[in-house]
Amino acid sequence: MLLINMEFAPDKKITSNLGMVQGSIVKAKHVGRDIMASFKNIIGGELKGYTELMNEARDEAIARMVEQAESLGANAILNVRFATSTVTANASEILVYGSAVVLEDR
Amino acid sequence: MVMPIELFFLLGLLVLGYVAGRFNEKRHYRSIREGESRFRDLLVMNGRRLPPHLLKHQARMVSGNVVISVDYFKVILAALRNLVGGRVTSYESLIDRARREAVLRMQAEARELGAEAVFNLRYETSRISGDATRGVGSMEVLAYGTALIPPQ
Repeated sequence: MLLINMEFAPDKKITSNLGMVQGSIVKAKHVGRDIMASFKNIIGGELKGYTELMNEARDEAIARMVEQAESLGANAILNVRFATSTVTANASEILVYGSAVVLEDR
Repeated sequence: MVMPIELFFLLGLLVLGYVAGRFNEKRHYRSIREGESRFRDLLVMNGRRLPPHLLKHQARMVSGNVVISVDYFKVILAALRNLVGGRVTSYESLIDRARREAVLRMQAEARELGAEAVFNLRYETSRISGDATRGVGSMEVLAYGTALIPPQ
């Protein structure tokens, strides 16, 4: 599955549009990581555990979107966009959406 | 005169936050500048109109993210700033660092794919932890775009 965040692929042409697909996930923080994070809140710096956590969550949301696109028979998703929102103080929602299409080589 | 123990604790946190936060920020800016000079030849654009020489390239989405935390000194500084209003410079540098770092990570992924340029860059910023009473806590920045890879 090819993901592109533009509405076209320069080397390919769109043969059919299959509509919007999306995937979302709500992820809560890990207690162990949170203890480390509250320490880091004093000295500052990158929270590597959270960076990884968000990365994994985003990959999962993408996987759900890709699954939906595959069931429609698409081979690419164009115009991919991410949205992140905080549900509670301890959980965040990640949404990814785009347009499922069938691409063919020019 | 007996000082309350809480005051010592608070002062200790402030000093620790100031010293360690300063050190972390300086080190981070140094690594950001190094990274930016390393990726200077990898063009990043936030438009999507491709120049003619890139029209035959393969496209692939790339992204980079970072979660960055404030230090205690900055939280207090920002809280004081809230009393009088105006620019909160202590948070400005925090978000600036996160944005530039996220772009660098995206560029690193693009470079690994052998890309020549990244188009249609988008930023996504969100607050990870902390609430209204505790200040910002930590910020996440995601940068994503479409890498253009020369055809084989």
